[in-house]
Amino acid sequence: MSFLLKRFAFYLVTAWAAVTINFLVPRLIPGDPVQALITKQRGQMTTEAVRSLYVLFGLDKNESLAEQYVHYLGQLLRGDLGLSFTFFPSPVADVIGTGLPWTVGLVGITTVIGFAIGTAAGTVAGWRRGSWADALIPITTFLSSIPYFWLGLVAIALLTGPASFFPAGGAYETGLVPGWDWEFVGSVLRHSLLPAVTILISSVSGWILSMRNMMVTVSSEDYVTVAHAKGLSERRVMVAYAARNALLPNVSGFALALGFIVGGTLLVEIVFSYPGLGLQLFQAVGAKDYPLMQGIFLIITLSVLLANLLADVAYLALDPRTRREG
Amino acid sequence: MRSNPKALTGLLLLGVFVVLAVAGPWLAPFDPSQRSSDLLLPPSSAHWFGTTHLGQDIFSQVLVGTRSVVFVGAVAGVVATVLSVLVGVTSGYLSGSAGEGLSALSNVFLVIPALPLIIIITSSLPQTSNLTIALTIGLTSWAWNARVLRAQTLSLRRRDYVEAARATGESTWRIIVFEILPNLTAVIASGFVGTVLFAVVSEITLAFIGVSDAGGWNWGTVLYWAQSQQALAQGAWWWFVPAGLAIAVLGTALSLVNFGIDEYVNPRLRGRTSARGVRMRVGFTPVLSEEAS
Amino acid sequence: MSDRVLEIRGLTVQYGLGADAVQAVRDVTLTLHRGEVLGLAGESGSGKSTLAYGMTRLLPPPGVVRGGEVLFHTDDGETVDVLRMRDAELRRFRWAEVALVFQGAMNSLNPVQRVSTQLMDVIKAHAPRSSAMSRKARARELLALVNISADRLDSYPHQLSGGMRQRVMIAMALALEPRVVIMDEPTTALDVVVQRQILSTLAELRERLGFSVVFITHDLSLLAEFADRIAIMYGGRVVEEAASADLYRTPLHPYSDGLLRSFPALKGPRRELSGIPGSPPDLRAMPAGCAFHPRCPRAMDRCGDHSPELGVPTGHAGDDRTVACWLHPVV
Repeated sequence: MSFLLKRFAFYLVTAWAAVTINFLVPRLIPGDPVQALITKQRGQMTTEAVRSLYVLFGLDKNESLAEQYVHYLGQLLRGDLGLSFTFFPSPVADVIGTGLPWTVGLVGITTVIGFAIGTAAGTVAGWRRGSWADALIPITTFLSSIPYFWLGLVAIALLTGPASFFPAGGAYETGLVPGWDWEFVGSVLRHSLLPAVTILISSVSGWILSMRNMMVTVSSEDYVTVAHAKGLSERRVMVAYAARNALLPNVSGFALALGFIVGGTLLVEIVFSYPGLGLQLFQAVGAKDYPLMQGIFLIITLSVLLANLLADVAYLALDPRTRREG
Repeated sequence: MRSNPKALTGLLLLGVFVVLAVAGPWLAPFDPSQRSSDLLLPPSSAHWFGTTHLGQDIFSQVLVGTRSVVFVGAVAGVVATVLSVLVGVTSGYLSGSAGEGLSALSNVFLVIPALPLIIIITSSLPQTSNLTIALTIGLTSWAWNARVLRAQTLSLRRRDYVEAARATGESTWRIIVFEILPNLTAVIASGFVGTVLFAVVSEITLAFIGVSDAGGWNWGTVLYWAQSQQALAQGAWWWFVPAGLAIAVLGTALSLVNFGIDEYVNPRLRGRTSARGVRMRVGFTPVLSEEAS
Repeated sequence: MSDRVLEIRGLTVQYGLGADAVQAVRDVTLTLHRGEVLGLAGESGSGKSTLAYGMTRLLPPPGVVRGGEVLFHTDDGETVDVLRMRDAELRRFRWAEVALVFQGAMNSLNPVQRVSTQLMDVIKAHAPRSSAMSRKARARELLALVNISADRLDSYPHQLSGGMRQRVMIAMALALEPRVVIMDEPTTALDVVVQRQILSTLAELRERLGFSVVFITHDLSLLAEFADRIAIMYGGRVVEEAASADLYRTPLHPYSDGLLRSFPALKGPRRELSGIPGSPPDLRAMPAGCAFHPRCPRAMDRCGDHSPELGVPTGHAGDDRTVACWLHPVV
């Protein structure tokens, strides 16, 4: 258990670091772009909302940095991320609340599926080195070099159109009322298919390559030779001996790479006008909506940390050496 | 290098991009921002990659944009590599809490999603230029390599010749510079190439969402205009295909170089595993028939 | 003929193909008899491990078997050639007839599977109809053979000491009651006390179960005690083969003599420890003539041009001893 506790402590530190970066960035950079926006909206904002933005962006020059930091942390703990300018007058927390489920559903699920498919394909590619499987490598290299969003653009150009099964954007048919009925769920699935496939194609290749290299490395380990010497079936040697061990570094790689992957997948949402955090981030950047940008950064970081913790639990279950009895 | 066709191909392609980065503005047939009456035309002999909704020549935009891409990739790559060597090697070499602390620092930077972080920093800057973008990317993307270098340094530190150098009282920095760094060259090079790739994709992504050098061109700005002018809905495929392919080819070139380095570092990945009709595989050593031998 | 279990004839193993190929085992012929311990000794690079992996076809790429025969005589009097087997046959043959214990006890066990799983999967692979209960019982029995208590069945390899892991490997090797067990430096990584314990367990088990052993080591003094016959390898060839007492008392090949002087004797006559000057030959550039002549204290002119053949030395009664050295012309 000490393994998980250690990891948990590390994630707390990371979360604190992210919060502190968020606190420092607007204070270290000269100029007060937020001030201008507040002034513009002043007439429509309650003094309370203005106060909260002042705390978030350090506009109160009478406070020392330490005082500002304490107020800032206090406000974050209450879940107050300020008001969004783009979606004025909605609080940032509410805006993120509408985007987060879409992102978790699309990015979260496809990332996990991509990892699973890539690991399986990489297992075979590494095991059957010197056969047809080697042809996968140049293809996957090319695919992994293409930015996610560009692949999405190509997919839209080729596969969508007035008569196409695939809608060009959005998360569900306009006019439908969200709910747990077949029509709505079916529409959601149809709308997420293309973005999901885009993310899958781009992310799978990385996992294929890393798993293949791990398989090649693990295949020359003594225990794999022993497994062959024991006359076990090809499948058993490949899965229970080689892949089972090659999976471990790939799982820790998965946790570490999440931060990179999430960045790329958010862009796919923009291309497909998928109403998740990525699209909101895009809108926030376009409108210079700093409170929303910062809120989204914080939420994405926290989600990645949570996903990391889950990956750690998986690692714990996979590697007996990290478990300590008693 | 001769024995490494992958790396050679990659380096050749990279060379082409560097030449274009230097000579692009002179080679471009048009001013990339210059408007004309040839609105939204498909590729022709006058406009190889077609034109935009303002009649700008897309070929010139891609050509001129190469410089910004290569510049940001190189600067960010150098900044991140220097940082990763400093943090990674130091944390690997120093024992105790200092090493652990630096290692934790790189893990923190690794886990924080890089792109959103880069977005909030660059969009908060009073002005964005290629240099500030490159520096922001460089300062936030060193952690992965630092981690790899730390692991390598840790294992090198226990090697006999390093132990011997320490026992004879050589100073720490001499050991690091003369005994450890030369053995990390391949890892550092591969880290540099990887960071350049990440920086290029990040810059283009930033430009695509609207954060870019004011007035300048890069492949991402081309895509930004294509997206914001609904190029797709108008069937103007030529607007986004060339820039995207340029990214993919540059990315492939960088990956090829890295494969070459990987195979150099890890000989197990190298080596032909089939020749003359004999497939070598683990666990079933082939027996040559009399004719084949 | 009935007491021959395994015959290696003219086995040649190389790394790589075509012009870059390096021969690590050259034209080796050896016979293993029923119930016998055959020691295989030589410095690292002599080809002794390559021989073991090559004859079982476990040599990883770029290793290939260039030619020869590895004949196995089954209980029913049939003879099969391991080098001519198809994959499925080879899989059935492995472990059931020839089991192996490898050098690194640390790495021979799969780190993520329990000891019991690794003992039982080999039984299941060869007897798919056996019940899980019977496999478990057999695993327990096997651990008892090597003096490990049954509660270790659920342990993972990292929870066992080095000596225990090697015992588990020995137990695993005996799981299907093979007729031959090949051991490649099975005790090298262990400390001397544990090494002794394992060797005595092994001797006792062999007595009881009657399997034959090919025992590979660089430590000739260990073999003198444990092996019935010893073959000395140098530069990929067998340079001397004899009953272990004979070889120990009167080594004929200067290389065997040098090897004996490289380790302190555990018993028997004391020798001056001098070792062998120089280093093993580079397989890519083998010296002409006898491969050992550049390091040989008794080299003659002839040694540099002509390679001596392995054969029974003149003046030796019987055919149980061979040597390849110009000092001892063969009949």
